[in-house]
Amino acid sequence: MDYKWPPADQRTLIGTRISRLDGPWKSSGRVKYSYDINRPGMLYGRMVLCPHAHAKVVKIDTSEAEKMPGVKAVQIMFDEGKEALWAGQEIVALAAETEDQVRDAARKVKIEYQPLPYLVTDATPDKAGAQYIKDLTEKTTGDPSTGFQQAEVTHQGRYGANVITHCCLESHGQVAEWNGDSLTVWASTQNVSGIGGEIGTGVGIPGNKVEIITPVMGGGFGSKFSGDAWGVACAQLAKKAGRPVKMMLERDHELMVAGARPSMYADVKVAAKKDGTLVAWDSHSWGTAGPASPGAPTLPYVFKIPNSRAKHTAVLTNIGPERAWRAPNHPQMCLITMSALDDLAAKLQMDPVDFFQKNIGITGDRSKNYNEELVKASELMDWKKKWHARGDSGPGPVKRGVGLSIHTWGGAANTSNCNATIHSDGSTEVSMGTQDLGVGTRTVVAIVAAETFGLPIEAVTVNIGDSKYPSAGASGGSTTVGGVSSATRRATVDAVNQLFAKVAPSLGASADQLEAAGGQIRVKGDPSKSLSWRQACAKLGTESITAAGKTSRDLTSASVGGVQMAEVAVDTETGIVRIEKMVAVQDCGLVIDLKTAESQVYGALIMGVTYALYEEKIMDQQTGHCLNPNMEFYKLAGIGDIGELVVHMMTGPGYDDRGVIGLGEPPVVSPGAVISNAVANAIGVRVPYIPITPDRVLAALAKGGKA
Amino acid sequence: MSDKSPQDAPAEREKDDVPKKRTVSEDSSIKTGFSRRDFIRGTGLASVAVSATVLLGDEVAKATGRSQETGGKWVGPEAVDVTLRINGQPHTLQLEPRVTLLDALRDRLDLTGAKKVCDRATCGACTVIIDGKAVYACTTLAIDAQGRDIQTIEGLVPEGELHPLSQAFVNNDAQQCGFCTPGFVMACKAYLDHEKSPTYEGVQQSLGGNLCRCGTYMGVRHAVLEAAKKGGQA
Repeated sequence: MDYKWPPADQRTLIGTRISRLDGPWKSSGRVKYSYDINRPGMLYGRMVLCPHAHAKVVKIDTSEAEKMPGVKAVQIMFDEGKEALWAGQEIVALAAETEDQVRDAARKVKIEYQPLPYLVTDATPDKAGAQYIKDLTEKTTGDPSTGFQQAEVTHQGRYGANVITHCCLESHGQVAEWNGDSLTVWASTQNVSGIGGEIGTGVGIPGNKVEIITPVMGGGFGSKFSGDAWGVACAQLAKKAGRPVKMMLERDHELMVAGARPSMYADVKVAAKKDGTLVAWDSHSWGTAGPASPGAPTLPYVFKIPNSRAKHTAVLTNIGPERAWRAPNHPQMCLITMSALDDLAAKLQMDPVDFFQKNIGITGDRSKNYNEELVKASELMDWKKKWHARGDSGPGPVKRGVGLSIHTWGGAANTSNCNATIHSDGSTEVSMGTQDLGVGTRTVVAIVAAETFGLPIEAVTVNIGDSKYPSAGASGGSTTVGGVSSATRRATVDAVNQLFAKVAPSLGASADQLEAAGGQIRVKGDPSKSLSWRQACAKLGTESITAAGKTSRDLTSASVGGVQMAEVAVDTETGIVRIEKMVAVQDCGLVIDLKTAESQVYGALIMGVTYALYEEKIMDQQTGHCLNPNMEFYKLAGIGDIGELVVHMMTGPGYDDRGVIGLGEPPVVSPGAVISNAVANAIGVRVPYIPITPDRVLAALAKGGKA
Repeated sequence: MSDKSPQDAPAEREKDDVPKKRTVSEDSSIKTGFSRRDFIRGTGLASVAVSATVLLGDEVAKATGRSQETGGKWVGPEAVDVTLRINGQPHTLQLEPRVTLLDALRDRLDLTGAKKVCDRATCGACTVIIDGKAVYACTTLAIDAQGRDIQTIEGLVPEGELHPLSQAFVNNDAQQCGFCTPGFVMACKAYLDHEKSPTYEGVQQSLGGNLCRCGTYMGVRHAVLEAAKKGGQA
């Protein structure tokens, strides 16, 4: 038995719709997240934050706070004399008996600041001031000036997306508890195997003395890879107090500094022949990721337009530092590129589907998939019926329109290790130090193991979410499913092969003639020669079988595509955009659990509606503060805001045979672009920036002479 | 200050009152450490006849007040006995009057199904049912919840069993990270307890006060309708 995935006709679980295993834990409200851990004698921690966007910390005085009722420990987190670079920088942490007492005490910490100049807004590079800009790259392919000379239709536009935050519902944080010189941390993390070393270093113990426990966690989206300053401070407070400490971020702190997606804007010039063939691209993009500069984007996105030039400038600002946000840079690059292409298609008076198909060859290796997905999405949206020439949306104040976008993502497997165990009582266990962010990782591991063992999914115990298990990669960049599924496949195949070797003599066959299927170990092609799984395992006597497996490239691959479409209704009197319908057609190689895979895509569409229409981290240059670090003004889409959503996963020949590829990121890339394009189609003018708020719609209408 | 009658007391959400989009403006709380939340804690809501001592602008004193439950006596700011009837069982706790119902449930009784997320009546993750209505526990003072029937998600069925509504959430994959899910389940229950023939529009309206970040609304829509069909509101 080799490791390769079973062929379609032999799969009983892989690719079917299976409910997530931890669903009952969650919907019953019984499972304990990090935020829910209550330990005997536990204290509550809280941090005091720098109120200035840029300031030197002159003096920190905690003497009065230390005397406040209930206070048991104080930890300085920032050195006097150093500069804090954003409002929300952690300066002091305290722990007290109750949440209210620690809040009272935090107010008594006295910190003297020397305010310094700052920039917190999305200024264009020419207005930001030389000290705030950094030219990162300029990349040229072909000959842009000749390309534009040969072009027959050229379009120029400016597009962009502002900074947004992660807004995980479970805020960042942890409970820390010491047992002698060992530390246990119940952390809300995407990186169970990874953060122990970081926190250990922070508190001066080896990483193997730190156990990280995260059976479930309340959302990360890329913002929870690090142990973080508060993880170390929480452990320090617990050490000082000699008691466990829970320190979860308050909502305002969470939104100010625990996650930011960089902004990205661009001036774009793009050109084509009259028949729609793309010939040239020129862009100057910029954006801010806080005080450091992130990597430069790759523009244009997906379409490798010949004769292109792309320059990027980073704007360094005093906002909280960026954290990876689901599909880093892709939603912004997609918005900029697909908006410009859609505007060009309008100028060419071409249906965008025809325009994209005309140029699909320059998308590279995935062009065949894109074509299939364009056809499928058009059918599900009823595109040909709904599409009309830009702005030609009839009388009345409410205008309808449709938009299109395509996207890509890598999604190669992370490195994960798995132990698979078969016990003599027939029970089985699969253990790995991975984590389930709510994407279905636990369920995927169980499906792969059960498929290999020929058992129902309930027969497999999955041990994840604890750093004591074999180390697994962080969950980010859609790398988890490939890592855990291939590691599990290899470990379980090796384990069951050992079982075959044990029981082969009693079946009068050699080990390589056996298979595990239908709850039996049996001779291939001779079902009469079989043992039940339990009978077979009983032959192990007192010994259990354990086999180790590691991520394998031959069971996985990388690079996926997806096509999305949106239909919107825009009230041109109020500027309000309503989502009528969205269609997502997505490939990700071999799908392990169709049910949770579809949920990922639905969720991505909804997250996309949110950032396309509502989300904005509003920074105020007067005060240097974020003005909306709360959930009434940092707006998320509600259940009534999403319209009808249709998801179609591309599976079968040409897809399944690519092996397992990650899915978390790609479907969240296109929604901003499709919604922006649909709005342009509806109202006849481009709203250049997302979120497409009513004021921006009305401004675009006024500028376009439409209102 | 408020002189509303006790039955108006907790932050009840009527069907047509979708609290998601707020218009109350507020400064960032970072500078002073003062927030509307502190104000609510400090003054108490409704049924406590409030005597808030406001100190020099940047902070609000702990609440003192008298309520019907304390026989009209002034209580606080020190901890006082507060008796809460939760899932049919009385619990007497020593609580400062400013302690919210959510903190009392989570920190003192280890009833952690109701989650702390926005902590200011926006997201619904803390939803519990009080006297048959869905209520945000984060902006209800524990002392105000005395004498009422408080139901948390832990009270729906005994541990180890799954309520039909929770089962419907599993069947329809109406949860991902799951942090908003208990709040959704309780809001759905309050809705279905009152509405035997739920409609698509009714579901959207009634759950408009609950927010999900992973994007599980499609599953939630299906789960509510499935549960209603199966009579899962019981």
